Amino acid sequence: RSLRGSRAPRAPVPDPPLPAGRACLSHAEPRARHGRGQEEEEQEQEEGCYSLYPGHIPTSPLQKALLAAGSAAMSLYDPYRHDMVAVLGETTGCLALPNLRDKMKHHPEGYRILQERPRIRLSTLDTARLRALPDGSLGREYLRFLEDNKVSPDTRMPPKFVDDEELAYVIQRYREVHDLMHTLLGMPTNMLGEVVVKWFEAIQTGLPMCVLGAAFGPVRLSARKLQVLATELVPWAIRSGRNASCVLNIYYEQRWEQPVESLREEIGIFPPP
Amino acid sequence: AAAGLCPCRVLLSRRGGALRVLRGSMQGLAAGPETHFGFQTVTEAERREKIYQVFESVAKKYDIMNDSMTLGIHRVWKDILMHKMNPSPGTLLLDVAGGTGDIAFRFLNYVRSVRERQLQLKLRRHQNLSWQEISESYQEDKFNSLGDSQVVVCDINKEMLKVGKQKAQHLGYSEGLSWVLGNAEELPFDDDKFDVYTIAFGIRNVTRIDLALQEAYRVLKPGGRFLCLEFSHVSNPLLSRLYDLYSFQVIPVLGEVIAGDWKSYQYLVESIRRFPPQEELKAMIEDAGFFKVDYQNLNSGIVAIHSGFKL
Repeated sequence: RSLRGSRAPRAPVPDPPLPAGRACLSHAEPRARHGRGQEEEEQEQEEGCYSLYPGHIPTSPLQKALLAAGSAAMSLYDPYRHDMVAVLGETTGCLALPNLRDKMKHHPEGYRILQERPRIRLSTLDTARLRALPDGSLGREYLRFLEDNKVSPDTRMPPKFVDDEELAYVIQRYREVHDLMHTLLGMPTNMLGEVVVKWFEAIQTGLPMCVLGAAFGPVRLSARKLQVLATELVPWAIRSGRNASCVLNIYYEQRWEQPVESLREEIGIFPPP
Repeated sequence: AAAGLCPCRVLLSRRGGALRVLRGSMQGLAAGPETHFGFQTVTEAERREKIYQVFESVAKKYDIMNDSMTLGIHRVWKDILMHKMNPSPGTLLLDVAGGTGDIAFRFLNYVRSVRERQLQLKLRRHQNLSWQEISESYQEDKFNSLGDSQVVVCDINKEMLKVGKQKAQHLGYSEGLSWVLGNAEELPFDDDKFDVYTIAFGIRNVTRIDLALQEAYRVLKPGGRFLCLEFSHVSNPLLSRLYDLYSFQVIPVLGEVIAGDWKSYQYLVESIRRFPPQEELKAMIEDAGFFKVDYQNLNSGIVAIHSGFKL
């Protein structure tokens, strides 16, 4: 039964105690399954059957479905549960993520990002150098954004439920680039700004989590803000999203000196209203 | 080429594995023999540490998770345990691994209601007393609503005790209740002290169950009762499959969504599978010296109450 391949759509029913003691199945690649005895010790980090990257938790299709439903409900119930939004993105991104990865592969800069796997973290950012950059440059504006809104790129959750190591990086990159999206779009981190960025990201990435966030986010806004949103911001976000090239294909770490305006033009984002 | 490389790699990793086992057993001599943590193999010291961390992280959401995982049925199980115990006022209870106080609060409620019933009956017999005498008897009984019953809640985990104390304050339990930090394998109490010893959903997390049972025997008075409420084994095959499906597919998801902690709940369902079944636990309790050891299955074996007496 376990060799039936990873595309089995039915919910797996595990036998209680399995030979290697693993009762969770997943549709991850079976390459890890064969040398289970020895290789499992090496790959196994803390919990999973065969975790493909640090923090990976293999899940069955049923578990993913339950997680998607549960995290969607919990994100609506308690918007401060950012971990639930992240989990929703991971469990529903099975179509959009490979799409994004392919877009990156077929673009020279995107391809380089996939190879080099840069991470945006406070420890890797040279804040002194960024602060010294002229106003209007990407680095300076990004730093200003982080300080004004009191956020840090380190609070992005690492992926847990993505069953492919490269796709896990893609979603991680998407999360870390989110703050840069705010900078490029000129949107603050209040509810209104977040919704606008979600609309942009929904068009750009096609991630169901962004689409849901864009659709349900406005529920908690006041009528006045809703009006501004509907008449000005969302149409602009949609136009920019459609016009812009894939934002994950920009190697931001090498473009700190570039002025925000010129980067906007290069990507194809229209000036914010 | 791949075929040629494979055996080499297997050999190397096997040697690496052998070295690791050797190193493991060297460490084992220091850290204790191998045991299990869910489905993983770890040393005893590692297991204690990991379990401590699990409960440290779940403490605040422990009660909410219990309600959602068991759909509230855990309350019924604990009520049944209390009815089986049927404590009379004046009982001294030790609730081990009692963390958030569920058993302790039920005990206090139970003895209080038994005491009230006692007082009602006593008053009914005092029909021919004067008002003076009746009001005097009200006075003295008011300060004895528990009838000198006491419960000591003992837990190894500070976070769980903290949550328990907060709950007690919130629910208004103050008298007859004390909270002690202690290890079930080495209880900080004298011999022959308690009338009843309970451990509800805790013995599964003890690393040396035999030591815990010996300690239970030690601190109980002669005539004292040992009661253990724990997840056990389901023999009905259909129910067992459904139970496994629910445990492994739904519970970790609930843990992630409600508590933001998949791994602790994965550990929980694995630890249930690793725990000895009813008969084996019964034998272990008998080995510790208890007599008239028996068990009662609840929900076809999902949960079992084991009982024994120190004679």
